[in-house]
Amino acid sequence: MVTEYSTIGEIAGPLVVMNDVDHATYEELVEVELPGGELRRGKVLEVDRNRVLIQIFEGTRGVDTAKTKVRFLGRGLELAVSPDILGRIFNGLGIPIDDGPKIIPEKRLDINGSPINPYARIYPQEFIQTGISAIDGLNTLVRGQKLPIFSGFGLPHSELAAQIARQATVPGAEQAFAIVFAAMGITFEEANYFIRDFQETGAMERVVLFINLANDPTIERIATPRAALTAAEYLAFERGMHVLVILTDMTNYCEALREVSVARKEIPGRRGYPGYLYTDLATMYERAGLLKGEKEGEVKEGSITQIPVLSMPDDDKTHPIPDLTGYITEGQIILDRSLHRKGIYPPINVLPSLSRLRDKGIGKGRTREDHAELANQLFSSYARSKEVEELAVVLGEAALTDTDKAFMKFGEAFEKSFVQQALDENRTIEQTLDIGWDLLRMIPKIEIKRIRDEYIEKYLPKEEKDESVSENES
Amino acid sequence: MKQGRIVKVSGPLIVAEGMSDATMFEVARVSEKRLIGEVIELHGDLAYIQVYEDTSGLGPGDVVTSTGQSLSIELGPGLLQSIYDGIQRPLNTIYLQEGHYITRGVDLPGLSREKKWEFMPNEELKEGDEVVAGDILGSVQETELIVHKVLVPPFVKKGVFSRKPEKGSYTVEDTIAEIKTEDGVQEIKLYHRWPVRTPRPIVKKLVPVKPLVTGQRVIDSLFPISQGGTACVPGPFGAGKTVIQHQLAKWSDAEIIVYIGCGERGNEMTDVLQEFPELKDPSTGRPLMERTVLIANTSNMPVAAREASVYTGITIAEYFRDMGYNVAVMADSTSRWAEAMREMSGRLEEMPGEEGYPAYLPSRIAEFYERSGRTICLGKDERIGTLSVIGAVSPPGGDLSDPVVQATLKVVKVFWSLEDQLAFERHFPAISWLTSYSLYHDNLREYFRNEVVEDWERVRNESMELLQKESELKELVRLVGIDSLSAQDRIVLETTKLIREDFLHQSAFDPDDAYTKLEKQYRMLKVILDLHRASLKALEKGVPLGKLIDLPVKEKISRMRHIPEDRLEQFDEIEKEIEAQVSSGLVESRTVEE
Repeated sequence: MVTEYSTIGEIAGPLVVMNDVDHATYEELVEVELPGGELRRGKVLEVDRNRVLIQIFEGTRGVDTAKTKVRFLGRGLELAVSPDILGRIFNGLGIPIDDGPKIIPEKRLDINGSPINPYARIYPQEFIQTGISAIDGLNTLVRGQKLPIFSGFGLPHSELAAQIARQATVPGAEQAFAIVFAAMGITFEEANYFIRDFQETGAMERVVLFINLANDPTIERIATPRAALTAAEYLAFERGMHVLVILTDMTNYCEALREVSVARKEIPGRRGYPGYLYTDLATMYERAGLLKGEKEGEVKEGSITQIPVLSMPDDDKTHPIPDLTGYITEGQIILDRSLHRKGIYPPINVLPSLSRLRDKGIGKGRTREDHAELANQLFSSYARSKEVEELAVVLGEAALTDTDKAFMKFGEAFEKSFVQQALDENRTIEQTLDIGWDLLRMIPKIEIKRIRDEYIEKYLPKEEKDESVSENES
Repeated sequence: MKQGRIVKVSGPLIVAEGMSDATMFEVARVSEKRLIGEVIELHGDLAYIQVYEDTSGLGPGDVVTSTGQSLSIELGPGLLQSIYDGIQRPLNTIYLQEGHYITRGVDLPGLSREKKWEFMPNEELKEGDEVVAGDILGSVQETELIVHKVLVPPFVKKGVFSRKPEKGSYTVEDTIAEIKTEDGVQEIKLYHRWPVRTPRPIVKKLVPVKPLVTGQRVIDSLFPISQGGTACVPGPFGAGKTVIQHQLAKWSDAEIIVYIGCGERGNEMTDVLQEFPELKDPSTGRPLMERTVLIANTSNMPVAAREASVYTGITIAEYFRDMGYNVAVMADSTSRWAEAMREMSGRLEEMPGEEGYPAYLPSRIAEFYERSGRTICLGKDERIGTLSVIGAVSPPGGDLSDPVVQATLKVVKVFWSLEDQLAFERHFPAISWLTSYSLYHDNLREYFRNEVVEDWERVRNESMELLQKESELKELVRLVGIDSLSAQDRIVLETTKLIREDFLHQSAFDPDDAYTKLEKQYRMLKVILDLHRASLKALEKGVPLGKLIDLPVKEKISRMRHIPEDRLEQFDEIEKEIEAQVSSGLVESRTVEE
């Protein structure tokens, strides 16, 4: 049932208020026809008797109260999907913007999706090798996880996300995979970096792009990640593909949400962001995971792994966007400006980074038996080295004990040889773990408390090798 | 049933007109989809209804039907091993019926109508006996682990049997007995309904006297919670709130666990669902799932049902407490519950209190925690049941001045403060020993002294003093360097390092280490303190500091977490070694002098 009205009463920011509308429904999609014939889209935010509040995705510039027509389409915002979406580029609302052929939809899906029944999930525990030591070794990504990158302006999060997309494999498994990439409010150059990267590596035919650039309509961004995730759900759970979703930059998404909230004169939560920001983000981040298969104990073919990228305003982790994200996602990879300044790529600060699903995704039969304990030892030793470093700043290095000095050296070496790697360096998990063991030789054996003796015996390189290395160093 | 019509839709809040006979907190069915909602405000014939399901597609003119019932849940056999959403809809049945996604308007009873339960009547009951609310009519073996006692429901005040309960196989809807009361004959079934927002009645509250043993060393030894007590675990993300909640759900010695996943991650609930049937209860060897009820209202599920989920959970817990069980509720996270209240409050355009939270936030939180306690339950046999509540709080940015944290601290007695600095060092559980507290020490003193060991308290206090001293010394070291410390102070730092790394640090993922019995906790701590005392004494007698710092026995101490619970005599050996090594140091230093 399509009904058309031209009864706009008020326009404020991205919102318009319509009067005398019959039978509008909450979240209904509308089509706005401007006096010049231009078409825009919007959705119903609130219905109060005959008065309807609408948010217009492309903004209200040029909209007037007299001649603009609004059609109520009787459905929510939907994405047309078919296997042909692979390799295509869409705008933030899911409309193709490349010059490719029209997509003949297999079906249309509501971009809001439905919540996954927690009973229908399978706990993710399949190790994904990204080839990046700071992630694989210490903050391991598993298939079906949502692991955001917390970054700051000027930090190489795009490079890191692209490297993950390029290198991510599940060792020993050859399965259909796809990448869904949603750009929200990023610059043309940033978006282009990804597109070029996908093209150069020949991955483009497996990528679906949703692009809303910095100069595209702000409010459209609210729909972008949802359209992308709808495409991902279709590819994963109806086409059985393993989908990696990259959402960048979530901060821009949240700012668009705040803009609408402010225009609605809602009571703001922290820093002006709406009180429902947590719920809103959760409805997107939770669209990751694995599902149960037909039979008891089976996993349904396909998965969604999410890597949202967000920039922390002023590198502040307690800002509402990273804060709320961290409460929903299964960990976070935090990029650090001081490491970046030291020239270390990727500048991942492993201490505040975390992968909550790590412990069940690693170990015997998945990575290696010693992985968990080695990782804990590296964490605590690196933390100790940072403490010592602080001490050295106050007291001078001369005041340190020999053990402290050993830790300090360890810390430096850890950053240089474990964290640091080249943009195209793809390390296997064994390589990563062996680098870790090699580094542990720098600290006294009695300080290795997090690892059981049999593993130390088995994996810690023996003394003779130790000498040869120290000779090289000197 | 009267019908009204929707006039306004704003997110999870709808307003309906023509609802003049609706009452506060009654359940209404919204639109043809029959979505479940609850009346939360009334103005004339306008009813404000919070809807527990997604409201998209609703609009003015859709029908609203009032049901005359307040939001209530079904209590009876079949609760254990279930996973429910916030308003007690069984998620496993929804999955079988609807598939992977939760669709709207699903209407399924909380308890299975088909399943038959073997009911054993209470032998002492005879026809014509007088019974009161809470009396035990009989029992059903609900799981191998738990006997479900069937009680006279609280609303049947007093009466005589007109038909006494008989042994047999019944569904929850079959009548098992009839009781003649002043208001007529009441049919008793295996289940009854109870409104979630009303606490279940008790005879009276008692002072808690026994610890809820969790097997977590930092908790049991330093900051214990009692059976019937309340605790809160605030901390920034990544500090390990959920892991602690899971550990308590797994290892604490409560007989029934109700785990409320309120606005948290879906995978965390899946983790519990997959892991608990595999894990064995340490005392009985049966799967932990047999004593567990799960409430899962994950963050992407409708926000209003999140608000209801904590009430659903605690009502189920009260029901098992009424049977005389020790019940523990884990609510993860109460912040999401508070946020759900804030969202509804905003939609109602109420005047906000702190941080936009409604002004009634503190009283709601207090009411929730006050449903805990050690109580004499209804019924002639004066059973004692306990209900402990452990709530996680997720303050923004880990800031403890958050209104939810503050309102919670006002009512709970135990505070386990999680620190992200500890989490960065992978010191888990990341419970800070400096800022956490427990107000149950006085209540529990007798128990520890009589049931565990005489000098439990001394060992605890000494350790706490040392840890306190350590933080002062560390401050000093930061300013003037470690060399300026006296040898005695250096020994303190060595000891507290052992306490931190070899006692307080405990791995949830290491099967040897995940659970430690009280006896072993005591022995571990005592060994460290013995070494401390011996070292100080040796120092006085002239043993060089370096020697004491590098005692070989420390290697043994760092591995003592792996000593099996039934081989505690290995601690005697460590103690002997301490003795031997310290005195050998004495001999050596004397020979040097000579």
